[in-house]
Amino acid sequence: MSRFGYAAAAIAVMAAVTFLTRALPFLLFDRGERPPQLVLYLGRVLPPAVIAMLIVYCLRTVRFTAPGLWLPQLISVAAVIALHLWKHNNLISIFGGTLLYMFLVQTVFV
Amino acid sequence: MDRKAMAAAFPATVPVLLGYLAIGMAFGFMLEAIGYNFIWAFFMSLTVYAGSGQYLGVTMLASAAALGEVAFLTLIINFRHLVYGLSMLEKFRGMGLRKLYMIFSLTDETYALLASARAPVGIDPRNYYFSIALLDHSYWILGSVIGAMLGAALPINTQGIDFAMTALFIVIAVGQWESYKSHLPAVLGAGAALLFLILVGQEQMLLPALAVIVAGLMALRSRLDEGEPEEKEAEV
Repeated sequence: MSRFGYAAAAIAVMAAVTFLTRALPFLLFDRGERPPQLVLYLGRVLPPAVIAMLIVYCLRTVRFTAPGLWLPQLISVAAVIALHLWKHNNLISIFGGTLLYMFLVQTVFV
Repeated sequence: MDRKAMAAAFPATVPVLLGYLAIGMAFGFMLEAIGYNFIWAFFMSLTVYAGSGQYLGVTMLASAAALGEVAFLTLIINFRHLVYGLSMLEKFRGMGLRKLYMIFSLTDETYALLASARAPVGIDPRNYYFSIALLDHSYWILGSVIGAMLGAALPINTQGIDFAMTALFIVIAVGQWESYKSHLPAVLGAGAALLFLILVGQEQMLLPALAVIVAGLMALRSRLDEGEPEEKEAEV
């Protein structure tokens, strides 16, 4: 498959699966009956667990063999948390942390 | 198109306008950096329309992930949408064909707006909800196209820009940490992910981690299940 053919297929898969996750509650529970308690419970407790898992996944390439492979991540993660606890502004936290990380990997830990 | 509803909905969507332009631009930038131009950004934002899903999508496109993996990762990152749908069952009732679009466009931000939305007097609520959804979607497309075009035009070193995705998840996690009574689910999620990162490595960690998370949450149900949901904080 060509690179662009692959990309088109991957985007189609993402679109279909994303729509499915949004449509599922309507397909299953739109006839008036209340969803099972277990579904409601998982719907409540899964999001924080999944997000925490994805943070670890995002940081999976961290290695402790050289400072440049873990220190920029550590500093930037701490900065995002601090910014967000302080300002509670999504944009400031995300952009502040990302710019700091870009600065660190491009100039400090080259 | 109900122009009065559109005009009434616009002020409510301004926070999302600012947020989507910024986050959408960062997405377009990242996509351009791995070699897909604004046309790709346009179609991806038009058809997928999911903030964190598309950020993860850039990573998957860059590494040419297998389509099965793309499906699986998209599924778990969007799993939280299940909760959103459950609380919109009533609101979307009787919207006819537009209901399909409302379901398709139920992002974190649109959910947050709709959850608290009250149509002004004299405006049909269904047209009002539909206008909110449509405006938000157009901001997202616009932001990502602008970002991709800027990325192509500006000679900027984009190394490290993928950290935006990590930052996005951390912001969501901090919000959840503050609004959830129990931190056990978050700790369980991070712990399971770390465990399988060490045990099976970064390529295969997600599936076993997710299985352990679901099993663990079911085992902890008597401790964690406190009945009615708390008010959820808006996520990116």
